[in-house]
Amino acid sequence: MVKTEIKLKGLTLKNPVMTASGTFGYGEEYADFVDLSELGGIIVKGTTLHHREGNPYPRMAETPMGMLNCVGLQNKGVDYFIETIYPRIRNFETNVLVNVSGSNIDDYVTAAAKIDALEDIPAIELNVSCPNVKQGGMAFGVTCSGIEQVVKAVREVYHKHLMVKLSPNVTNIAEIAFAAEAAGADSVSLINTLLGMAIDAETRKPVLSMVTGGLSGACVKPVALRMVWQVSKAVQIPVIGLGGISSATDAIEFLLAGASAIQIGTANFIDPAISAKVAKGIVEYCERQGVEDVNELIGGMII
Amino acid sequence: MKQIIDFKIIEKQSFQRAALLKLKSATQLPEIAGGQFVNVRVDGCNKAYLRRPISIHDVDYQNNTIDLLIQEKHEGTKRLCAMSVGAKVNVVLPLGNGFTMPDKDDNILLVGGGIGIAPLLYFAKKCNYLQNVNFLLGGRTQSDLMLLGRFRNEGDVFITTNDGSMGEKGFVTDHSLWNTLKINKIYACGPMPMMKAVAKKAREKGIWCEVSLENQMACGIGACLCCVENTKEGNVCVCKEGPVFNIERLLW
Repeated sequence: MVKTEIKLKGLTLKNPVMTASGTFGYGEEYADFVDLSELGGIIVKGTTLHHREGNPYPRMAETPMGMLNCVGLQNKGVDYFIETIYPRIRNFETNVLVNVSGSNIDDYVTAAAKIDALEDIPAIELNVSCPNVKQGGMAFGVTCSGIEQVVKAVREVYHKHLMVKLSPNVTNIAEIAFAAEAAGADSVSLINTLLGMAIDAETRKPVLSMVTGGLSGACVKPVALRMVWQVSKAVQIPVIGLGGISSATDAIEFLLAGASAIQIGTANFIDPAISAKVAKGIVEYCERQGVEDVNELIGGMII
Repeated sequence: MKQIIDFKIIEKQSFQRAALLKLKSATQLPEIAGGQFVNVRVDGCNKAYLRRPISIHDVDYQNNTIDLLIQEKHEGTKRLCAMSVGAKVNVVLPLGNGFTMPDKDDNILLVGGGIGIAPLLYFAKKCNYLQNVNFLLGGRTQSDLMLLGRFRNEGDVFITTNDGSMGEKGFVTDHSLWNTLKINKIYACGPMPMMKAVAKKAREKGIWCEVSLENQMACGIGACLCCVENTKEGNVCVCKEGPVFNIERLLW
C-alpha cells in the first residue's frame, strides 16, 4: 500500500492531487465524472468581495496545445458564496479551498476574514496573479513589495493555511516566492497563466475582448516545471505545482522538481475525469518504482 | 447524468463541407433532450486542443447510437469529418438544456439555418405527440440543405436559399409562410444574424420563441465561464444555462 498523504501546515491532503481554481467550478460541475473523495482537494472559482460580471465575450482563444482566457474573475461575491454555495459543498469528502482575489488590499482582507470563519474551508489560495483584471490581481503579484503588502495584511486576519498563487509574468519568480514566504505564506502555488494574445489575421482584430489573456494548457508545462524547480530551491515552505499537467507522469515530474502537491487545471476541460485518473496513476507509478511514500518523490530529481 | 463514452463510428455519410457520423456506444445511452449537445474530443490534432461542442441530430436508444451532423469549420471539425468508420470517438454527453417541450395543441415552427438544422430533427422526433411539426430550413445554397428526407419524415418542410437554388429565394425570415402559417411557438438554431432576425420577427408577431446559441466553449459544463452570453440576468454560461434561451432572457 503506497502512502499518499501529504501534510501541509494545517492542511492534510489524502493525496497530492488538487484541481485548479477556475477550471473545476465549485466541484459540483464535475461530480458526474469524478468521485471527489479521490482527490486531495479542490480549489473553487476565484472569489472576490463584491460581485463581478467579468469581461465581455469572447473570452477564449484556442492555441496550439493550449488556450488563452480573459474571463476576468466573474463571480457573485463572497457573501453569495457563503450563503448559497458553501452549504452545498462544505461536506464534500475532500478539502475545499477558496481562491480569493481582490482589487485592493482591503477587499482581499475583508473577503479572507469572511472565509476564515467558515468551519469547513481549511485553506485559501490567495490570487495575486490573475492577468485579466484591470486593478489588483496580478498587480500585487509582480513585485516583492506588492506581494508582501497583501500577504501580510491577509495573514493578520486569516488563521488557517494560506497558499499564495504566483504569477509567472515576472523576471525572477523565486524572489517573489521568497517575499511571500517572508510575509507569512504557508505555501505557494505556481504557475498562474502566462500573459499572451491572439490575433485573427483575416479580420486583423484581436481574438479576445481584452486583447490579452492568460495562456494555459499542455503548452505551458515546461515553463511551469522550471519555475517550480527554481522556487522550491528558494523557499522553505511547500510548493504546489501547476501548469499544463495532463497525466500522472506530468504530475510526478512536478513532484520530482520539488512540488509537494499539484493542481490540475485546463486538462479538466479535455477529460473531465482526469483528476482522479492522475491520483490513481501516481500510485501505480509508485508501485512500479517501489516507492512506499509519495513524499519520497518530492524534490527527487536526480541531477 | 452526464457521461464520458467511447463511441465507435459505425456509419458515415459525407457532404460537401460536412459529414454525418453515426456513433455507437457499448453501454446504455443516458436520456437526451432535444436541443442538448455533446462535447467531442479531437485526437491527434494540436490545433484542436479543446473538445468540439456538437448538437445531437438523432438518437436511437434501442441500438445505443447517436447521429452527429458536423460542418467543417476549422481544424477540429475538419479532423472529425475526415474520420473513418470503425474509429473511436470520445464524447461527453448530454450537455446543456434542451428546448422546452411544446404543449399538445401548440403549432410549432422549427427554424434552422446552415448546420443549425442539425438539432431540430431530434427535437421534432421528441415532439411526435403533436399533430404536425413545421420546419423552415435555410441555406446559402442547395448543398447546405442536407438530409431533407429525414426532416420530411417528421413534418412539413419549407425552404429558403440565398441564391434561390432551392425553395424560396432569400433568408428564412423572407419566406411567405410567415404571412400564412398560424404558429404559436418558434424554435430556432443557426448563425447569430439569422437567430436575431427570427427573434425580431417573433417579437413583431408576439410569438413565443427559443433560440439555441453556439458561443465558443472550452469546458462545456459550466466551469470555465468562457462561453458567456450577456443576458438580462448578466453573463451566463451558454453551455450550462443554455444553449437554449427564451428570447425574453436575451438582450437582442
